[in-house]
Amino acid sequence: MASGVKPRVKVPKTAAAGETITIKTLISHKMESGQRKDDDGNIIPRSIINRFTADFNGQNVIDVTLEPAISTNPFFEFEAVVPEPGEFTFTWYDDDGDVYDTSKKITVS
Amino acid sequence: MDLTRRKVLAIGSGTLAFASLTGLPAYASLADEAISALTGGANIGDGVISLTAPEIAENGNTVPIGVDAPGATQITLFADGNPVPNVATFNFGPLSASRSASTRIRLATTQNVIAVAKMEDGSFQMAKAEVKVTIGGCGG
Repeated sequence: MASGVKPRVKVPKTAAAGETITIKTLISHKMESGQRKDDDGNIIPRSIINRFTADFNGQNVIDVTLEPAISTNPFFEFEAVVPEPGEFTFTWYDDDGDVYDTSKKITVS
Repeated sequence: MDLTRRKVLAIGSGTLAFASLTGLPAYASLADEAISALTGGANIGDGVISLTAPEIAENGNTVPIGVDAPGATQITLFADGNPVPNVATFNFGPLSASRSASTRIRLATTQNVIAVAKMEDGSFQMAKAEVKVTIGGCGG
């Protein structure tokens, strides 16, 4: 499932130092659970994103372990503290070994 | 094979009845096992942890779930009626502001969603919410 995976992240552009901001992330991925069967009754093999991490300037914000019970197009919303200007990096780890990442800069006013 | 609307409905309700008759008790004990594996058999209290889930989910494929536990280092979600009870584990890092997160999960049938939080002092807290699912989210 390396094709058509597109991460989307919503982070405010600016924040006050030490402010708490809300981050929303979504990545398009079909998250095949390994429970479904195709028309011939064969089980469709599992293919999911199994880990998601968010970091700010190298420090961890959240580290999520995903199981097949997470919906198609995994969505996460969480809160982070912004102590200084810098960059958020978001990383998704696929079962097939692919790693998808994206990053967002934030300035402190 | 041509699937008419009537046939599809019949198949659907048949599977659901089967799951509720045979599947549920086994799955529920799976969830208990998974929880005790996480906590190591420690006592689980309740307290600051809160779980936000809809009472009725029309579509079991995407059920919005939110969890909030101030002072937690880790929150694990379980669904006791799913074939695999584990749903997700949130580990909070030093820059996490509030120990809360929201996501969307799959639920196979009407069941309890359970959140277990590991607090900073090593104790565990649990919150539970029943979600009624109209259409299950585990496919055929």
